[in-house]
Amino acid sequence: MTVTSYIFGVLAALLTLGVVIEMLRRHRLRERHAIWWLIAGTLALVVGVFPGVLEWAAGVIGIEVPLNLVFFVSVAVLFLVCIQHSAELTALEAKTRTLAETVALTQLRIESLEQDRSDRERS
Amino acid sequence: MVSRKRDLCAGQVAALALARLISMASVLERTLIVMPAFNEQAVVRDVVEEVFLRLPSVTCLVVDDGSSDDTIAQALAGGAIVARLPFNLGVGGAMRVGFRYAVEHGFDNVVQIDSDGQHDPANVPALLAQLKTADLVLGARFAGEGSYAVKGPRKWAMVVLSTFLSRTAKTRLTDTTSGFRASGPRAVRLFAEHYPAEYLGDTIESLVIAARAQCVISQVPVAMRPRAGGKPSHNPLEAAAYLGRATMALAFALTRPPVALRYSEAKR
Repeated sequence: MTVTSYIFGVLAALLTLGVVIEMLRRHRLRERHAIWWLIAGTLALVVGVFPGVLEWAAGVIGIEVPLNLVFFVSVAVLFLVCIQHSAELTALEAKTRTLAETVALTQLRIESLEQDRSDRERS
Repeated sequence: MVSRKRDLCAGQVAALALARLISMASVLERTLIVMPAFNEQAVVRDVVEEVFLRLPSVTCLVVDDGSSDDTIAQALAGGAIVARLPFNLGVGGAMRVGFRYAVEHGFDNVVQIDSDGQHDPANVPALLAQLKTADLVLGARFAGEGSYAVKGPRKWAMVVLSTFLSRTAKTRLTDTTSGFRASGPRAVRLFAEHYPAEYLGDTIESLVIAARAQCVISQVPVAMRPRAGGKPSHNPLEAAAYLGRATMALAFALTRPPVALRYSEAKR
């Protein structure tokens, strides 16, 4: 590994963490959505600063090419994020549905109240 | 029964018939007809008018499911109350509006009728009469009355569904995807909270939910008329996809945790 690639790895991890933390700070991201990105960024930073950790972890699990562990963890994180998003979307759809139904019922109620009032004013 | 009937004199018979008529009239007053409608401007007015002709004193709620055509004005012209969903939710969403309206306004029963005219409102009293002993009554096409032929994968889907759902509901059901159904007070309260919006949820899963909440389910034979607008698909690929999706919907419905009626509702 050259010095350039070492610096590149560390900088990429810092950039990821920086973006996520800044978005959290500005309320552009809620912390329950950011948790996976924070974990991924932290892992990338640790592995970037201490490449030995990656080789040690790959050896412990029994993966011959340490890079494959990086791919595996990356895919796993993306998978979890996707699942979380699908679940959130389902929950949002259920809420939207309830709101739409409530809007329809409320509108009906307003109309009947207005009707009552105009009837009373006429009589 | 037969001998007792013979003992009644003509006056008693007339009084009985009148009493039955009056009791049906008061049942109708406590019944809400719910018609989910999506782009049905051509027929919805006729269907609403027919409902009022056959069932005077009933209240008719058309739930406009985000139509882009003149459905709302046509339904209003027919004399119905119209609830407007801001966008399309599907039959499940439209029906839950109906159930919630019924709970808020104190209706005991809800009868679902399609706004395309394939259900005959003249059958509603038969469905309501059955509600005395059941919580949910289906108007079934294959129970002897009328002619309605299906074949191929669509037929298999119906056989599979009716087999499994009959077992779940502990009664013989021949037409589980019927959209012509009457719900009694317990079912109305249950559905106001738990009516599913997914594909086929309004027919298959709602039956499972009701059966697992200890609702009594039953069916009444009805004749269906040909649909006024649109025609059922006979494409074998679409029918096969329907079979697959129906099976999946059934499998998930049966493995979900059951929802229970809350105590005060269950007590009746």
